[in-house]
Amino acid sequence: MSAQTWTYLLVGLTFLVYIIIAIVARAGTTKEFYVAGGGVNPIANGMATAADWMSAASFLSMSGLIAFMGFSGGQYLMGWTGGYVLLALLLAPYLRKFGKFTVPDFIGERYYSKNARLVALICALFVSFTYVVGQMKGVGVAFARFLNVPFDTGVYIGIGIVFFYAVLGGMKGITYTQVAQFCVLIFAFTVPAIFISLQMTGNPIPQIGLGSKGTDGVYLLEKLNLLSKDLGFDAYTSIDRGNLVNMFFITGALMFGTAGLPHVIVRFFTVPRVKDARISAGWALLFIAILYTTAPAVAVFARTNIINTLSNKSYAEVPQWFTNWENTGLLSFEDKNNDGKIQYVADAQLNELTIDQDIIVLANPEIASLPAWVIGLVVAGGLAAALSTAAGLLLVISTSISHDLLKNYLRPDISEKGELLAARVAIAVAVAAAGLAGLNPPGFVAQVVALAFGLAASSFFPAIILGIFDKRMNREGAMSGMIIGIVFTASYIIYFKPQLGGAGLPENFWWGISPEGIGTLGMILNFVIALVVSRLTSPPPIEVVELTERIRTPRGAENNTSPTH
Amino acid sequence: MSKNSNTYWKTNLKYLAILLGIWFTVSFLFGIILAEYLNQFMIGGFPLGFWFAQQGSIYAFVILIFIYVYLMNKLDKKYDVDEI
Repeated sequence: MSAQTWTYLLVGLTFLVYIIIAIVARAGTTKEFYVAGGGVNPIANGMATAADWMSAASFLSMSGLIAFMGFSGGQYLMGWTGGYVLLALLLAPYLRKFGKFTVPDFIGERYYSKNARLVALICALFVSFTYVVGQMKGVGVAFARFLNVPFDTGVYIGIGIVFFYAVLGGMKGITYTQVAQFCVLIFAFTVPAIFISLQMTGNPIPQIGLGSKGTDGVYLLEKLNLLSKDLGFDAYTSIDRGNLVNMFFITGALMFGTAGLPHVIVRFFTVPRVKDARISAGWALLFIAILYTTAPAVAVFARTNIINTLSNKSYAEVPQWFTNWENTGLLSFEDKNNDGKIQYVADAQLNELTIDQDIIVLANPEIASLPAWVIGLVVAGGLAAALSTAAGLLLVISTSISHDLLKNYLRPDISEKGELLAARVAIAVAVAAAGLAGLNPPGFVAQVVALAFGLAASSFFPAIILGIFDKRMNREGAMSGMIIGIVFTASYIIYFKPQLGGAGLPENFWWGISPEGIGTLGMILNFVIALVVSRLTSPPPIEVVELTERIRTPRGAENNTSPTH
Repeated sequence: MSKNSNTYWKTNLKYLAILLGIWFTVSFLFGIILAEYLNQFMIGGFPLGFWFAQQGSIYAFVILIFIYVYLMNKLDKKYDVDEI
């Protein structure tokens, strides 16, 4: 069978599974809709969290990014995993004990203020929406490239599928679909890596293969360092000294941002006990680590393969995959010195090969000449990654509207049935809106995703941490911290992002910190301001101090849930 | 009871300080600040600093969470605040 047939078959099959799960696991109450009834097994929740977390970007783009960055790529690997340690140790157990549905719930009650709830709600909506538009676009691109349908049709199919299982199943449907999607995506990511690791090093485990000797008896990393230097690039494992401060801050912003993202936090409301929330974060990170420790191996295998297959080779004899990708415009060759050979070098004047980092994962099986079914599998995996993240984000959006805005702000007297209907309508509208925005993404969407982490790090993270660990923290402190943290971070990002209309130049970055890393500084600012202001204003009311004490011990969490249990 | 829950919370904070100290060390310290120094040592084919930045820190993160879960479950039992 051809790769095309395999792709249709595997994508069709996986979609069928998702739909069947959605029908079996539909939600009947708001509690099922928001937090899957609060009874999800911690290992299943770990898988769902992992699928929720690993987006099209993790699956498709990250390895390519690392392949072209070398050592500095570690900022994504550490940044997007280290946040789970913070989640498990500082947030998840306490928020589970608190026992409501959303992050604005916590902010609103802990800081005894409807306005605080509203600020949190707006942040949650903004962060989730920008994020989900990128996923919808990812779905469209994946369909367009592999099923030979137009981009628009690809997005419509994506909208249709997510619409079906998110509207019907709510968190319950999404959780169990995500478990299936996790299995698909992790299998799809590791199988090609195992094959290639075997081919190149004789060791089937990519994480070990990466540190092993190649078939020629030279360590793989050593060989790639030599190849890179020959072509004028920096050695792959060498450290860019001038970039270390920036790398430090970016890693921090991604970690603290991860721990402050509403769609990740909400997953820990779905397990039965505090104990389960802790262990569930452990399982989630274990499952995420499978992909995140394989990705740097994929990066090195691909980079080495590309140099070996293409560098100084005659253009007339390039393999078939080269021509296929040339047609998509993501790979291009320009024979600057007219010698008919491909010069792939660091010097931009002489370099003749341009490679889009996004094709690394997709083209890897072809570059390594793996069987056709592997290619189909990778497509199914990429779609699973994009769809699972989109669904999780859409749920946060709909919960924010029906629960935080409608039930707790505008119309507290709404009935259970009315709220469930509102949640379904909200998610339906959100799916459609995200899809439409994905069809025609405003140019700044991709740039705004970088904002999401910085904003989450500089707003939610300190407010939640202080709400748990500082009994004296009051409304005035938390709100001034959040507002100043967010405004500072957003201003810096907008000023230094030309795509957002900013006028700032990289040479004027503070201490060399790029917009991606500024969230770390915004977070520190938030902490300092919150602590100072809270000490200068009146202490929180006694009920709130009691609430803070109550969430610090696990006992009683199983009763601490909504009345519809 | 109040004194008890006070020591429970203090022990929890002590665990957090130690575990987060390790979290900072393996990532920010070994994987970034000291990476260049560590790169002169090799484990297998990996320069050590590079290994921490792209592999080691992630393994350490996973292990840290499971250690935390183990410690806290024991602590909950000891102070009789665990769940049924």
